[in-house]
Amino acid sequence: MRGASQAKWVVAAVAVALAATACGSGSSSSEGGAANAAGTFSYQSTEPQNPLQPANAMEVGGGRIIKTLFKGLVDYDPANGQLRNQVADKIETTDAQNYTVTLKSGWTFHDGTPVTAASFVDAWNWAANTKNNQINSDWFSDIAGYDAVHPEKGDPATDKMSGLKVVDDTHFTIALTGPVSYFQYKLGYTAFSPLPKAFFTDPAAYGQKPVGNGPYKFVSWEHNQAITVASFDKYAGTDKPKNGGIVFKNYSQAEAAYKDLVSDNLDVLDQVDPADLASYKNDLGDRAVDQAQGAIQNISFAMYQDGWKGVDKAKVRQGLSMAIDRDTITKTVLNGSRQAADSWVAPGAMGYKAGTCGEFCKYDPAKAKQLVTDGGGVPNNKVTITYNADGGHKEWVDAVCNSIRQATGVECVGDAKPDFKTARDVIKKKQVPSMMRTGWVQDYPLNANFLRDVYGTGAAANDAGYSSADFDKFAAEADKATSVEKTAELYQQAEAQLAKDMPAIPLWYYKTTAGFSKKVQNVKYDSFGDPVFTQVEVKK
Amino acid sequence: MGRFVARRLLQMIPVFLGTTFLIFMMVRILPGDPVAAMWGDKAPDPAQLAAFTHKLGLDLPWYEQYFDYMGKLFTGNFGETMAGRQVIDVISEALPVTIRLALMAFAIEIVFGVGIGLLAGLRRGKFADKSTLVFTLILISIPVPVLGYLFQTFFADQLKWVTPTVQDSMNLGQLLLPAVVLGSLSLAYVARLSRTSIVENIRADYIRTATAKGLPRRKIIGTHLLRNSMIPVVTFLGTDLGALMGGAIVTEGIFNVKGVGNALFRAIGQKEGATVVGFVVVLVIVYLVASLIVDLLYAVLDPRIRYA
Repeated sequence: MRGASQAKWVVAAVAVALAATACGSGSSSSEGGAANAAGTFSYQSTEPQNPLQPANAMEVGGGRIIKTLFKGLVDYDPANGQLRNQVADKIETTDAQNYTVTLKSGWTFHDGTPVTAASFVDAWNWAANTKNNQINSDWFSDIAGYDAVHPEKGDPATDKMSGLKVVDDTHFTIALTGPVSYFQYKLGYTAFSPLPKAFFTDPAAYGQKPVGNGPYKFVSWEHNQAITVASFDKYAGTDKPKNGGIVFKNYSQAEAAYKDLVSDNLDVLDQVDPADLASYKNDLGDRAVDQAQGAIQNISFAMYQDGWKGVDKAKVRQGLSMAIDRDTITKTVLNGSRQAADSWVAPGAMGYKAGTCGEFCKYDPAKAKQLVTDGGGVPNNKVTITYNADGGHKEWVDAVCNSIRQATGVECVGDAKPDFKTARDVIKKKQVPSMMRTGWVQDYPLNANFLRDVYGTGAAANDAGYSSADFDKFAAEADKATSVEKTAELYQQAEAQLAKDMPAIPLWYYKTTAGFSKKVQNVKYDSFGDPVFTQVEVKK
Repeated sequence: MGRFVARRLLQMIPVFLGTTFLIFMMVRILPGDPVAAMWGDKAPDPAQLAAFTHKLGLDLPWYEQYFDYMGKLFTGNFGETMAGRQVIDVISEALPVTIRLALMAFAIEIVFGVGIGLLAGLRRGKFADKSTLVFTLILISIPVPVLGYLFQTFFADQLKWVTPTVQDSMNLGQLLLPAVVLGSLSLAYVARLSRTSIVENIRADYIRTATAKGLPRRKIIGTHLLRNSMIPVVTFLGTDLGALMGGAIVTEGIFNVKGVGNALFRAIGQKEGATVVGFVVVLVIVYLVASLIVDLLYAVLDPRIRYA
């Protein structure tokens, strides 16, 4: 499951990934002075948990560094979330199951060796192999022959996936186990990066001193202190760095990083610590950043309980959603660190459509009460929200409950479980009595990821146990579509079904609340909450 | 003397074994699976989780893990972190920083603590004594984090004398502010302890004798009064040095110092048994040696104490 729980890990999980999407409120310095193309800047980071190998970075510390050092076949345009080709010249498919990849020529690794079809195929085969202990090894599970290198038990029988075939230096083919129309979107994830030949001779040593093909090359790693990367002058991608390099400075406490940013000892911030949230816009002025991320917080209904079964109960669920005063809670209880949601997909993901939740996500106590009554009310006139007490959720759960109680007269209490794992166990075993806190952090910025993986019948993260023939029908059609645009459009129809059934109440989107120093400009963040490193300009 | 030291060194062995065993078990009973924690909130892939757990040897029974670990330890191998780094490397990065910080805090404690205590003790009941009482009471009552943020705001944000956090953890000048914060609480204790001790001893027979036979005041205070008054202070300082070396998680966090506290905090958060036990092994040795030195210092300070 990919539910968002603790704020810390939400950020971490978000950071896992790559670059993406809409910078609506993306900040740009108003001054716009001349930039020094060789200037370096520092960024708030943490010590990578694992050696720096592309498929081995799930947390923010390593993930962001990998992202600067490597570039895969495709990536996401940080401005609009659109997929764009990088190492790939084109990726062709007729059935969404068999893909032919053509590479551009001219790409080289930082050690000068060329990036070829084998660089990708070998890297993926290696990463998917259970023996190599890569955290992201299951990202390759769509590829035919994955079972052979990644068996459920025991040692892999082979070290090659049958679905990957090198045709020549610039061509290779990918066969999947079934059609996945948005497979290209997945390819933007750093786990799909190519690896140079040198990697395979000593992967462990390589992990301390990685050689990639990305916009930046590795310079040094002072453990627990800093990692330095410098711009790579032979970088062949479209996003050439506008600066000379980055120093990823380690901070164990966000407060310390914030203090350093305010005093210009740190240039770009990851996240403002909770204690400074209330004042950071004052402190930083137009250097403060505040924009939505590709992550959403929901309250899901335990659809498997009798209380929620029956067609009329959808009205009750819609009523409860309308009883929540999202605007007030995000502003007060959450200090403006969240943005009220009006759909099940976070803005910035391709296929996001504003207002798919419609009036049901707008606060209207009178209508809420009416709907709950029309739908026959809830059993014992009482609902509970199951959540984990270790993630800082108590405050808003209580606020949501107050809002529901006042608007509808339905008694609502938080059902706190001591920690994340305990809460997940209850949810996984489908033993939630009434409602539960759920969340989702995008794996890739496409609406399918927010819908298919969360609300599809039997989906791994379908905690609500929701099952709708209509939703599944649209999703299945969407998955068979041959273009990503078509997929996104069809998924919007599937999303419309959610408004009718309301298996989960969208609450709010996570936000990037960050900032930058007086020494840099043009700092923008993507929907994963990462700064667009290559675009940062260091002032002269 | 020699036999005393030998006996103490032998006593260290069971203490050492006991503490490492306790810590080893404590890390193990922390809730949650450290390997699964590497996936954060995402569900770990079961096959990968099993393979990883096996690689780290965490699928073995605890006693096998313990004996395996201790066996390696005695050959000087501190094991590996989950990321595959040598624990000894992690320790040798963090320890020099903490040694610097701890020694600076320690020096501040001794110089200012004993100095203030002496001043107050000699002027018992006067203004200097009363103001010392107030000053030390304030220091003792302010929690360290508050003092840290206070100093950070005042010296960095307002006066701009220093950067808010330590930019280079090996730079002594930059470590000064955290060292003051770290040493302040113990400074107050040292001042109170030495003041009390001095007030008591200043009326002792041997001081009266010394004064009566016309010794210069400086000599009376230096060789007789101070030396005899230092025993409780040295006891306190001995254990305090161990505590300082153990790393000040809070202070290091506030000032972003990359020392032992910082590394331990991270290791505990990730439930990295090998790293935690590795640090504890080093710290236990520091503690044991510090307390041995304290015991030996007693004999130096008070000639009446003899170790057979």
